[in-house]
Amino acid sequence: MTGRARANCGGYILRAENKRNQNDAQLYANTLRQLTGPQGEKSMIRKLSLSVFGLLGASGAGAEWALNMPRGVTELSTETYELHMLVFYWCCAIAVVVFGAMIYSLFRHRKSKGAAPAKFSHSMTAEVIWTVIPIIILLVMAVPSAETLIRLEDSRKPDLTIVITAYQWKWHYEYQGKDVAFFSTLSRTSRDARRKNSGIDPFTVDNYLLDVDRPLIVPQGAKVRLLLTSNDVVHSWWVPDFAIKKDAIPGFMNETWFRPEIVGVFRGQCAELCGMDHGYMPIVVEVVEQDAFQAWLASEKDGAAKFAATD
Amino acid sequence: MSIAAADVQHTDDQHGPAKGWRRWVYATNHKDIGTMYLVLSLIMFLVGGLMALVIRTELMTPGLQFVQPDFFNQMTTMHALVMVFGAVMPAFVGLANWMIPMMIGAPDMALPRLNNWSFWILPVAFSILISTLFMPGGAPASGWTMYPPLVLQTGNAFPYLIFSVHLLGISSIMGAINIIVTIVNLRTAEMSLLKMPMFVWTWLITAYLLIAVMPVLAGAVTMLLTDQFFGTSFFLAAGGGDPVMFQHIFWFFGHPEVYIMILPAFGVVSEIIPTFARKPLFGHDSMVYAASSIAFLSFIVWAHHMFTVGMPLSGQLFFMFATMLIAVPTGVKVFNWTATMWRGAMTFETPMLFSLAFLFLFTIGGFSGLMLAIVPSDIQYHDSYFVVAHFHYVLVPGSIFAIMAAVYYWLPKWTGRMYNEKLGKLHFWLSTVFVNVTFFPMHFLGLAGMPRRIPDYSTQFADFNAIASIGAIGFGLSQLLFVYVVVHCVRHNGAQASGEVWDSPKGLEWTLPSPAPYHTFDEPPRVADGAAFS
Repeated sequence: MTGRARANCGGYILRAENKRNQNDAQLYANTLRQLTGPQGEKSMIRKLSLSVFGLLGASGAGAEWALNMPRGVTELSTETYELHMLVFYWCCAIAVVVFGAMIYSLFRHRKSKGAAPAKFSHSMTAEVIWTVIPIIILLVMAVPSAETLIRLEDSRKPDLTIVITAYQWKWHYEYQGKDVAFFSTLSRTSRDARRKNSGIDPFTVDNYLLDVDRPLIVPQGAKVRLLLTSNDVVHSWWVPDFAIKKDAIPGFMNETWFRPEIVGVFRGQCAELCGMDHGYMPIVVEVVEQDAFQAWLASEKDGAAKFAATD
Repeated sequence: MSIAAADVQHTDDQHGPAKGWRRWVYATNHKDIGTMYLVLSLIMFLVGGLMALVIRTELMTPGLQFVQPDFFNQMTTMHALVMVFGAVMPAFVGLANWMIPMMIGAPDMALPRLNNWSFWILPVAFSILISTLFMPGGAPASGWTMYPPLVLQTGNAFPYLIFSVHLLGISSIMGAINIIVTIVNLRTAEMSLLKMPMFVWTWLITAYLLIAVMPVLAGAVTMLLTDQFFGTSFFLAAGGGDPVMFQHIFWFFGHPEVYIMILPAFGVVSEIIPTFARKPLFGHDSMVYAASSIAFLSFIVWAHHMFTVGMPLSGQLFFMFATMLIAVPTGVKVFNWTATMWRGAMTFETPMLFSLAFLFLFTIGGFSGLMLAIVPSDIQYHDSYFVVAHFHYVLVPGSIFAIMAAVYYWLPKWTGRMYNEKLGKLHFWLSTVFVNVTFFPMHFLGLAGMPRRIPDYSTQFADFNAIASIGAIGFGLSQLLFVYVVVHCVRHNGAQASGEVWDSPKGLEWTLPSPAPYHTFDEPPRVADGAAFS
């Protein structure tokens, strides 16, 4: 998958409209924090009027108008997206037939049009048909779903393992066997703006509520295995662009994995209600090139060593 | 209608209702108790609706404007508990109380004093639950699912939460016992099981579901109570317990619970559509089998609420396939309703309009339900606004619309007066438009990545949230019109209703005069032709 695929991604990243026309590859090669620009300071009214056009016009009219699940940046997220669309299209097809029959009946078979009621009240043939056909459609959906699920559960042979411990209300990341570990919490700017009646317009804050002080950094193309647990209550680690969501549960060690295909910044949030500040524990993952990752890891270890020495 | 003694010679002057408050506090009459259930349900619907408006007002724009995050969580929790246990379930029990004896030719419910008790527990339970809003630490804020360990962080409200859930469970179990005993024992002689009207059938199945799962919920919350106060560790990892076990037990209750809230709605719609299509219900028996299959399947799909907790692959596959299977009997029901309308002679009075909206919008909720069954996609949808959209589609234009359809359908029978059809239709159109404005954008929010139960959100979610909030306020205000129409009708301000009310509806309730006398069917009605039942 190349950077071009990003154009199709909804999710959290790079909503700002001015980013859409830039060279995607160059954009994503730039991995660092300043990557994500301000989201604009449009007024509510203007946004609403824009949105109406967005709805009436084309789906591509505004990047702000994510109507659909992101295609994501891993092989499995793409598969998940395609599965989602497969079932969605089947539902649309069934809806056309069923709603079509209902609407036809509503207009044709009304008393005001002089319709006389028929007397029939059962038909074995019809009942068998509309029992068997749905079963066949379900089988068509079940097979690819099971295939994707089986691949999703295969977390063997990871290139990198990260232990995630959830706290009320922050994430702790530990790179297993690498001597690197840190907490990741809501960024200062969002924290100031989130207070009730803070006087700060959320539209002026970069990635309001979706920015952290220290993002999780992972290498491009590596199979990253996550081991999740919690220090207090149940949390859930969700990044839509990787199509993974896994609960962090005290006393349990849960496992999931993803292999990000392209570099970039990807955002998510805690998905399981975990108390007062549940809405304020975002997740930011930066996918960087292998070399950059190794360099970053070395500098982190250095820093940790120096810190330990001065301690 | 070929009913031999259709005009039953009632001796209603034998004794009327008691006077004043005694009529209600000592009530044993199924009609009085039915009325009390329905009134309580309406009050709880408005209370729960106010809480929903607090939620939607805060979510109108990004940033916190009105409430603190903790109070926001109290609102989401209480909104769900009040709507599930206070609005939807009592409404259906109220309809059962009013209609089941009249539909099966019984003089009353089989156990009238139990009936009184099961109603009067409810106001007590809700007083306790709602009083927690004023306690130190506030009301429960852990979501209506009460997952530990979070729920154990509840303040003084915690034991009151558990106690009120116990009371609600006791009330439901007693109500269910009463309904089963009534249906099984008090049917008029000619009414064999398969001749029962669909509303009676779906309630019979629902009552069995209630008896099966309410004790499970009671067990789960009792374990929470002992974990909190008596040193046990059922769900505490530090003591060797298992927090995920609570989720399994809860959803073993919780999934049948969602069918408890929708099966009687199926029954209502199955009564109304034939009346206004002037054609018998298509495939009555297969509708019974479909409802029974749904009830059976509801016991083996619970873990589809938990695909992210870390289950073995085989478990996930099993629960995915079992969940997908539910689409088959549910599809049969939708197809049969469509076939009932097919080549009928339809008119569109308010009850029919609400039933038709039910048919379309519940089906949309069914589609998103099928999407949610697919595990890899569910991992994306889970705990997002997509799920919020899904279950509100099956509960609001599903259960609630069916309840409103039932009220409009049977109100003339209850009061002897017609409601105002124009205002009824206006209420229908406002509700239908606003319910979609409120809940449809939530699909998009969820797919774009907005988690549920958050008081504030990132700016890219602003537009759809604003639309949903406007819809919610519109929907809330529209319901005041419903209150007006009902009160207006109850106060005998409408045109006199005939015994049949509608155009030759089937069913024993329509053989009675309107308003239905205080005591009906003292003698079981003799029916020459069993087809007259439904």
